[in-house]
Amino acid sequence: MNPFTATIWFKSFADWAENLPVRIHDWILGLLPAWPWLHWLTTALLAIVLILTFYGLFFAMITVTERKGLGRFQNRPGPNRTGPFGLIQPFADAVKAICKEDIVPAAADKVLHFIAPCATVFFGLLTLAIIPAGRHFTALNLDAGLLYFFAAGAASELAIFMAGWSSHNKYSLLSAMRALAQLISFELPLLLVTVPVVMVAGTLSLPGIIAQQGAWTLGGLVPAWNFFTPWGFFGFIVFFIAALAETNRCPFDLPEGESEIIAGHLTEYSGFKYALFFMGEYFGMLALSGLGVTLFFGGWNAPCEFLQFIPSYCWFTIKLFMMMFMFIWIRATLLRLRIDQLMRLAWKLLVPLALINLVVVAFWLRTGDWAGPLQLVRWAVAILLELVPFILIGRHMSKGLGPRKYKYAQ
Amino acid sequence: MNNFSTPSVPKTTSAPETGCPVSPFTFHTSPFAGPSSASGATVRAVNDEFHGDLLEISLGPHHPSTHGVFRMNASLDGEIVTKLKPVFGYLHRNHEKLGETNSYLANVPYTDRLDYLASLTNNWAYVHAVEKLAGITPTERCEYLRVILGELGRIINHVCLVGFLLNDLGTSFTPLLYSLRERERMLDLLEELTGARMMYNFFRFGGLRTDVPADWLARLKHYLEGLFARYMDEQDALLTGNEILLARTQGTGILKPGLAISAGITGPGLRASGVDYDIRKVDKYSIYDRFDFRVPLGEHGDTYDRYMMRMLEMRESVKIILQAMRDLPDGPVNDPKAKSRGLRPKAGEAYGRIECPKGELGFYLISDGTPNPYRYRVRPPSFINLTVLEDMCVGGTLADAIITLGSIDIVLGEVDR
Repeated sequence: MNPFTATIWFKSFADWAENLPVRIHDWILGLLPAWPWLHWLTTALLAIVLILTFYGLFFAMITVTERKGLGRFQNRPGPNRTGPFGLIQPFADAVKAICKEDIVPAAADKVLHFIAPCATVFFGLLTLAIIPAGRHFTALNLDAGLLYFFAAGAASELAIFMAGWSSHNKYSLLSAMRALAQLISFELPLLLVTVPVVMVAGTLSLPGIIAQQGAWTLGGLVPAWNFFTPWGFFGFIVFFIAALAETNRCPFDLPEGESEIIAGHLTEYSGFKYALFFMGEYFGMLALSGLGVTLFFGGWNAPCEFLQFIPSYCWFTIKLFMMMFMFIWIRATLLRLRIDQLMRLAWKLLVPLALINLVVVAFWLRTGDWAGPLQLVRWAVAILLELVPFILIGRHMSKGLGPRKYKYAQ
Repeated sequence: MNNFSTPSVPKTTSAPETGCPVSPFTFHTSPFAGPSSASGATVRAVNDEFHGDLLEISLGPHHPSTHGVFRMNASLDGEIVTKLKPVFGYLHRNHEKLGETNSYLANVPYTDRLDYLASLTNNWAYVHAVEKLAGITPTERCEYLRVILGELGRIINHVCLVGFLLNDLGTSFTPLLYSLRERERMLDLLEELTGARMMYNFFRFGGLRTDVPADWLARLKHYLEGLFARYMDEQDALLTGNEILLARTQGTGILKPGLAISAGITGPGLRASGVDYDIRKVDKYSIYDRFDFRVPLGEHGDTYDRYMMRMLEMRESVKIILQAMRDLPDGPVNDPKAKSRGLRPKAGEAYGRIECPKGELGFYLISDGTPNPYRYRVRPPSFINLTVLEDMCVGGTLADAIITLGSIDIVLGEVDR
């Protein structure tokens, strides 16, 4: 036994914690009559309740983390009045949002105006259902899970367009146009960059992709996650940039663009509908973060072998939180791109890089049996294949830009 | 510039023979530039069914990035601005007429309200004009303190501008709050000196209201050499070379030097276009000829150059302040013989101008020998710099128009008066 893996007691505790959700599930089913349809229904309902509470609470905690984090980034305390360290702030916000008057513009398309915020949350939750949040925590285990994810995720673009169109406001309309252009453009690199993972895992099922990454090298210290391969590293960067754009986060928050088109599609929303948009946006972020964790960071797997005593759902939550923190960090740091630069970034940089990534992963799979010094050659070739196009395209795109030297009048 | 001052709704006319709407924006008309914009970009001349209508959108008067109650009526072709009309006057407060009914001294606090982000230089310009009119010479110590305060006002203004410009660029308040932190520190010092945080009312004819407290200058020096220098370096390191900042600001909102000169642009906006014109060097008013400082010049006249002009000018201002502190002579701040209250200059006229942070701020005064000015006219840099806004924005995107406005640096109190 690995000396790090602690004692038998530790091991049994780990098993107990890992299987706790299954035990609770079995216990509830044991209380019910043994009708198969009732068991099926109860399992489904439990999964729904679990998704709503887990991601709902995660959303609440992320909003307070974001506000406090932004506060610290910006040299101010952030919310700290409501509850200990301002932790109850999101619930106070929710109460406020519910109590506020819901204003619908007279000229708005009232049906679409109502459906749009519901649709954002709905599609966000649909995508969350497929993410494996732990060893026994996959609400919806589909063989073509990845396809389902993109099918449900793409629909959330429709919701933003609905909101922008139905508000009958010029700012909202501009925002709707921006959102459509942006989301459709970034859907492509996002999709392309997941293909290598599917090629390596040989399956579209998300638990299958995680199982492929569930090993360790170098004495159980380095996980066999896709992120620690050349194609996975570059793929994740492309994935993350595309995910930022897909969720309308800074530096790609053009559809919201509060300094240009005020709040874009949110201009004509108030009260709880406004809050629903935020919820939808955060669910979208959580879903894409969860997908990123699943595809590149081994899902719920522990980073080191001896850390397996911590339950898998805790690892997933930690990884999810770190991904979300990256979103917050970038929001506090970066400036917004312009729409033409955004499109250039998608079509001229991210799509070519994602396509090159396909070639690299083909090479990687082909050379899987290279050993010894050939292994080094394999790494070097893969890294060069990724890096050289990136540098060349990047140089080409930033041509003519750079810090300037200024002269002074005499 | 009268055509700018009234809100105008673009008229749409229909051509009966085709049934297609004919664009009212076929030619871009500008008092200065002719049919193409200053950046050389040409705007769309056709408006047929395939291209669709232009979207007319009113940015402001209540808009987060118009820096006050300013309004831009823009016509958009997709995201491209094809026409942009600045509309102002929402903050008109009858400043000039009011100046004619007040005594000379009573006008000093009113000048604070012109450019409320840099009140010290407003005071100075007005006091400078009155001193010219009445033939008053300020004392030596007063001149040095005025230079220190004026340059401090310039730093405060530029710190604000940089912060707000970056906010217009889409940062979620982070650089703005760091800029405002520095501004707060300087305001604390000024509050201690003058008793007010924004409306200082500190300059008097031939002097200042009071002398500075004993250790105030030492603390200012400590701040400028310590925390402020750190802020400047941090800003340069984190933002000036930022790839997105470069991509967003370089090559956008270009102002050609010829147009800038013929439109009467002054200040950092003019110097960003490469025109060497700084009234501190041209007029050598007050005692600016005694200090060693350089005037940075841009080359391209784009938003990045205008941003960098401010960054570089702040460093030069710090140099001036430190030199003035070093050379500060002893002596009275106010000439005991100079009369502030009940001042009655001999009949005549005077135009006093200084280089305020936004450009040339001038006061034109006519005296008829009574305690009130007969004519009181302000030459506001914000207003005149704003007149080329359309030429700088047309052909760019809406996002560019927002940051171009931000880089011009306007304060509506001064534009509308």
